Amino acid sequence: MATLRVPVTSLDHIEGSEDALVTLVEYGDFQCPHCAAAHPVVKRLQRHFGAKLRFVFRHFPLTEVHPLAAPAAEAAEFAAAHKRFWEMHDGIFDNQDRLGLPLLFTLAGSLALSAPALEQALAKGQYKAKVEQDFMGGVRSGVNGTPGFFINGRRYDGDYDYADMEDAIEATARNAATAR
Amino acid sequence: MATILAAGTKAPDFTLPVTPDQTLSLTEFRGRRVVLAFYPADWSPVCGDQMALYNQVLPEFRKLGAEPLGISVDGAWCHRAFAETRNLHFPLLADFEPKGAVAKSYGAYRAGDGVAERALFVIDEKGVIFWSYCSPIAVNPGADGILDALERMPTKGG
Repeated sequence: MATLRVPVTSLDHIEGSEDALVTLVEYGDFQCPHCAAAHPVVKRLQRHFGAKLRFVFRHFPLTEVHPLAAPAAEAAEFAAAHKRFWEMHDGIFDNQDRLGLPLLFTLAGSLALSAPALEQALAKGQYKAKVEQDFMGGVRSGVNGTPGFFINGRRYDGDYDYADMEDAIEATARNAATAR
Repeated sequence: MATILAAGTKAPDFTLPVTPDQTLSLTEFRGRRVVLAFYPADWSPVCGDQMALYNQVLPEFRKLGAEPLGISVDGAWCHRAFAETRNLHFPLLADFEPKGAVAKSYGAYRAGDGVAERALFVIDEKGVIFWSYCSPIAVNPGADGILDALERMPTKGG
C-alpha cells in the first residue's frame, strides 16, 4: 500500500484546520479532465465533512500529455505568492475547457494580480522548481495517475465518485476519532 | 495472479519488434540497467496511465542508469500509434507473435485474459533480476517501487 512520504507542512496549499480528523491530499494536473471532474466532488466532500476534513492540493502535471498543465500549475503558485492560490485553482478547473495562457492572464486580472508579472514569472520559470518538487514527491509516494488522492497518508485506489470517497473518508474519520 | 520470476533469477533473454521494422534484444542492454514493465494493453483510459507516468519520470530513471522498456501483447503498429499519441520517449516491445511468449517466460501472462500482468522487473547490468513486483491488474503500480529498487542497487564497481 503506497503511503504519502512528504508530510503536509505550512509550505502546502491547505484548506481546513490542522485539528481535522482527516487530511485529504490530492495530486492534480490542471489540464487533466479527470481532475476537473473530481473538483466538484472534492468541494462537496468539504461541505459535507466541514471541520472534520482538511484538504491539500499538490501539483502532478503530466506535461508530455498535458503541455498546459505546467504553466497552469506555475500560475497557481504565482497566485499563491499573493495569497490567492485557491481562487486561481478553482478558476482554472472551472474553466478548463478554455485553458491556455489567455485564460491564466484573465484569471490573474480578475484576482487583481498583475498579468504582466505573471507572464514574466512564467517566462523565467520562477515557480518551476516548486511544481517539480511536488511532482517528484508524488512519484516517490506512489502517485500513479491523476487525480491521485491520499486519505490520512494512505493512497486511495478507489474511483473519485462522491459516494465512494465519502465512505472512505467516513471510515478513516471514525478510526481517527477512536484513536484520539 | 501468476507467479512472476523473483529477484536473483537471470532475466530470460528476448528479441522483439520495437517498431514495425526494428527489433530489440535484452542482451543489447548488458552493462546498463533495465526497467521491464509488462502491462495489459495500450490505450488505458485513465489520465496519467502507467506508461505516461514512466515517460514523465524518464529523466529520473536515466539519472539512476536505467532504461525503461514497456511490453504488452499489442502489435508494433498499435504501439506506434499509442506512443505517438502519448508522446512516449522510450521503447514499447510487441510480445505479439507467438503471443505473450516473453510474458510467459517471466511468469507474467494471464492465460484466461490473453494479456500480460502488470508486472515490473528491474534488471541489473549483468542481466539478473534485482527486483520484481506484480500489481493487481486494475492498479497502476506507480514508479515508487522502481525508484526505490534502483537506489538500493549497488553502483557499478562498488
